[in-house]
Amino acid sequence: MRATLREEAFDADVRLAHSDGIQSRMNPLATIGSTFLSFLTALGRLALFAGSAVGHCVRPPIYPRLIGRQFLEIGYYSLPVVGLTTLFSGMVLALQSYSGFARFSAESAVATVVVLSITRELAPVLAGLMVAGRVGAAMAAEIGTMRVTEQIDALTTLSTNPFKYLIAPRLIAATLSLPILVLIGDVIGVFGGYVVGVYKLGFNAGNYIQSTVQFLEQIDVISGLVKAGVFGFIVALMGCYHGYHSRGGAQGVGAATTNAVVTASIMILIANYAITELFFGR
Amino acid sequence: MTDQPKIRIRDLHKRFGSKVVLDGLDLDVGVAESVVVIGGSGSGKSVLLKCILGLIDPDSGTIEIDGRNVVGLPRAEREAYMRKFGMLFQGGALFDSLPVWENVAFGLIQSKRMGRPEARAVALEKLAQVGLNEEVSLLSPAELSGGMQKRVSLARAIAIEPEIIFFDEPTTGLDPIMSDVINDLIVKCTRELGATALSITHDMASARKIADRVAMLYDGRIIWAGPVADIDRSGNAHVDQFINGRAEGPIQMAVRRS
Repeated sequence: MRATLREEAFDADVRLAHSDGIQSRMNPLATIGSTFLSFLTALGRLALFAGSAVGHCVRPPIYPRLIGRQFLEIGYYSLPVVGLTTLFSGMVLALQSYSGFARFSAESAVATVVVLSITRELAPVLAGLMVAGRVGAAMAAEIGTMRVTEQIDALTTLSTNPFKYLIAPRLIAATLSLPILVLIGDVIGVFGGYVVGVYKLGFNAGNYIQSTVQFLEQIDVISGLVKAGVFGFIVALMGCYHGYHSRGGAQGVGAATTNAVVTASIMILIANYAITELFFGR
Repeated sequence: MTDQPKIRIRDLHKRFGSKVVLDGLDLDVGVAESVVVIGGSGSGKSVLLKCILGLIDPDSGTIEIDGRNVVGLPRAEREAYMRKFGMLFQGGALFDSLPVWENVAFGLIQSKRMGRPEARAVALEKLAQVGLNEEVSLLSPAELSGGMQKRVSLARAIAIEPEIIFFDEPTTGLDPIMSDVINDLIVKCTRELGATALSITHDMASARKIADRVAMLYDGRIIWAGPVADIDRSGNAHVDQFINGRAEGPIQMAVRRS
């Protein structure tokens, strides 16, 4: 109920901005101001939505069956795409760093570079972006269609809270399954580097494995998994948020899908920097 | 009708921005009575229904269910009185991720905490009541025709045995024969349950069939209400124009102004 209230307040703001349109076009400061204000409005709406969604994740009733289905959808079915992405990332990393490091005779650092890049950066970010495209879009489209065909209203009339039934299972499953995906992606990515290193660049297999493990610290893997959890949350949140607030039939659902993927991708990249700063910044 | 109406709406206001949709609406629906609200497209019928269901918050006014004002109730309490409600949505609004029987059993499983096998048996029974067999129960809603979807939606609305059932344009998009089938089912199902019914429609044939009483919504208010038998001699020019479907009259459609 409060959500609709907020929506209406937002509509009123939009109309207000519209009626001021002529004046603001003449006044660049007003244009900047109103853009900034509507940005803050959107940010506030998103924060309220996220708070309410997280609240419903931790309070009963929870739906294990639905969470399980989302785990399958988000985690299991994303395995091939995440696996392929990290495999080729690891392979290309080995190739690139070898040819680059050869210029100052530092070829021996290849294995370390591969494992650190994969675990800290590439596996979480690439997995996050791939899942945003695969799962975030699907969530926005599904929930958006449910919105415009009144299925979300129907849930409410059947005494079922759409936040609990639709949004909480997706948030929980995405936040928990992304780290698992990334852990698997770490292994595959390092394996990709190993294959190129040993079979193409002529490294000794034992040496390669040893220098992979030698400089790897727990924090490298852990920071990557924390990133993965945050990215999973972002993907599900943006998918649900844009789907839940979509309106206006097929076109509205299409816009929601696009917005979900774009905003999730941008937020992933920003959050990536923030988390890296948190772990390794000094 | 007993002294206390099942639904009593007083002075209900709702506006979206500068557009006033409901402007001091009063309406009573008696126990086990079937009231049909008629009115043109965009007259605010759906908004009225969504206000009662709590999907939209009215700006002011009261909506009493069994003598208790439900406007602005916190979510948990609202869910409790939602259990008295059943709703047939205009487009059916069936959950397309679930098979037909699970759609019908949804309210039983989710809000009444019934076990799945038991809920399934009840769902099959309700589907039989609306003339659908066990084969249909395993299909997904997307595989059904419009008329069948409406019937499944009706079965879902009556499955939790609600005290009040809302019908949002139950015959829209159906051929005249299927419309009549749905109307008959609505009358039969509400009688069997002894439920109160509030419907909104602009289909006069449907209104005449399912209503005990008809109320006409115009300009955000109920401008006429009376027994369905009196509708042809309401003495109200707006009602006359609407039920006879004339373009000329006191009701000016927005098309003519713009």
